[in-house]
Amino acid sequence: MKTRAAPITPVSLLTRRDPAWARDFEAILKAYEAAGGKVSAFQSDQIASAVISANRVLFVNEIPGVHIEAEETPTGIRAHIRVDPGTRVNYPVHLCFGMIPREGIQEILPVFDIGEGAEVGFLAHCTFPNAVNLQHIMDATVRVGPGATMRYTEAHYHGPYGGVQVLPTSHVVVEEGGRFENEFNLTHGRVGRMDIRMEVDVGARGVAELTVKAYGMGDDHIRAEETIRLNGPEARGLTKTRIAVRDRAVGEVYTTTEGNAPGARGHMDCTEIVRDQAVARNTPVVIVRNDQARVTHEAAIGSVSRKELETLMARGLSEDEAVDIIIRGMLA
Amino acid sequence: MHPAMNPLLVVQDLYVHRPGAEVLRGVNLTVYPAEVHVLLGLNGSGKSSLAYTLMGCAGYRPAQGRILFDGEDITALSVSERAQRGITLAWQEPARFEGLRTGDYIALGMKEPTLARVEAALRAVALAPAVYLGRPVDSTLSGGERKRIELAAVYAMRPRLAILDEPDSGIDVLGVEEIAILIRQMAAEGTAVLLITHRDEMADAADRASLMCGGTIVKTGNPDEVRAYFAQRCRPHEETLGAQPWEPVNGDTYKEVVTRGVCE
Repeated sequence: MKTRAAPITPVSLLTRRDPAWARDFEAILKAYEAAGGKVSAFQSDQIASAVISANRVLFVNEIPGVHIEAEETPTGIRAHIRVDPGTRVNYPVHLCFGMIPREGIQEILPVFDIGEGAEVGFLAHCTFPNAVNLQHIMDATVRVGPGATMRYTEAHYHGPYGGVQVLPTSHVVVEEGGRFENEFNLTHGRVGRMDIRMEVDVGARGVAELTVKAYGMGDDHIRAEETIRLNGPEARGLTKTRIAVRDRAVGEVYTTTEGNAPGARGHMDCTEIVRDQAVARNTPVVIVRNDQARVTHEAAIGSVSRKELETLMARGLSEDEAVDIIIRGMLA
Repeated sequence: MHPAMNPLLVVQDLYVHRPGAEVLRGVNLTVYPAEVHVLLGLNGSGKSSLAYTLMGCAGYRPAQGRILFDGEDITALSVSERAQRGITLAWQEPARFEGLRTGDYIALGMKEPTLARVEAALRAVALAPAVYLGRPVDSTLSGGERKRIELAAVYAMRPRLAILDEPDSGIDVLGVEEIAILIRQMAAEGTAVLLITHRDEMADAADRASLMCGGTIVKTGNPDEVRAYFAQRCRPHEETLGAQPWEPVNGDTYKEVVTRGVCE
């Protein structure tokens, strides 16, 4: 089934659609708020948006220049999101993905196509507030056209049980002069198991910036594997990873940056804070195939800095409060 | 000297060992409420070690002696417990915090934080609130900016005892005057300030002064007198003795040197 909804507000939708739809819609928006989203975005016809609950497309709002086609599958959805060349989108496209049940699979297969010279931001919230045994799989394909800019910010909320497996994979192509910024946040509630894989090919004078922030506790397992290939002259790439783990959680970061063209510049920056019996690993890989390219990396892994801790304690905070502020700051 | 007042801080015969060194050797010091007490001494004389010990920092647990604050023995208390009793410390090289905004950082130590008080604290260190409130307390700040923010945070906290470790280092000449004014302002509002410095001109802002040498206090008294003593007897030895003025000189041990009168 293909869904092409006309712009319409959720309030009016609630009065028109069947009660089961309304219940789903209200539940997922409530969870969306818990994940940090603002429901008001779905009430504006100036903001492109989509609401996906499990494999149901509950709501889509398109605006001029932004096209969202969504197709339901047995376990999720396929989506094709196109931004016309030259379009400047004033407000981020709001996307809400989630599942209310405790168990199940949600498989999101999106294709993003950002036309030449377009500029667009996306604000995605993925929320699974009751998850006990649930898989959220994403396999995204992204093309950022010549001179275009795409900023994608994704925030997750997994509830308190840690019963979620988040398995997002992205293949991104940034064409000449394009810019791709991606930020993934999983800093509230439990993580469960998270395995992010992202590959970005960057053309001439293109830019890719990838940020991952996550806070693991209990027996959470965080794994981030990111590869940036700087294939065009003067392409630039940055990976920035901020992970905190405590209890018995594990944080693993594998970043690779390839400098394959003259003037390519890449940097990998990883900070991981470890407490209790948690374990953190960082494996940066630098590959340079051109003598005029340069790739660097820095990593800091360990406990909270004693000096930072004592500075905050000297303001009257307890040690636990101070640690929490330092970690929250790093993940902010 | 403050005969009618009970002392706020009393340090008695304090010894602290660090790996490979005895950094405090029988320190005795008294600070009264709302006084500015300057602690002079060359680099390496033990001033910062005393500051960390008074704050209760890790690795600075006294091997001997005790610290009394308002009559209570706080020698075994944690940093947080000391801060909750009204002691705080501004580090010589303040820590930086990724993602923590200046306004929030200053408000952390305030019992009843308000935006007006945070802004007032920033203005007190000559930083424009509109520019600095939202800036992160991270490596994007210069050393001078970070030190001013640290002072603002201490001022906003309104502690009973503020230990300021070299607040004047890394600050331009005009800034040093502003810091001296702020220190007097803190004392006027009831905060005792233990001002640690190796710049003897900072003694102008003080009510009393002590001189530290070789890990101990060798003289306490009127700031002019202590300053003159420091300038005449310690400064000339700074180049030749560097950061270790208590090391044996002409065969004398540090104790003999100190006992005879600093670095004569």
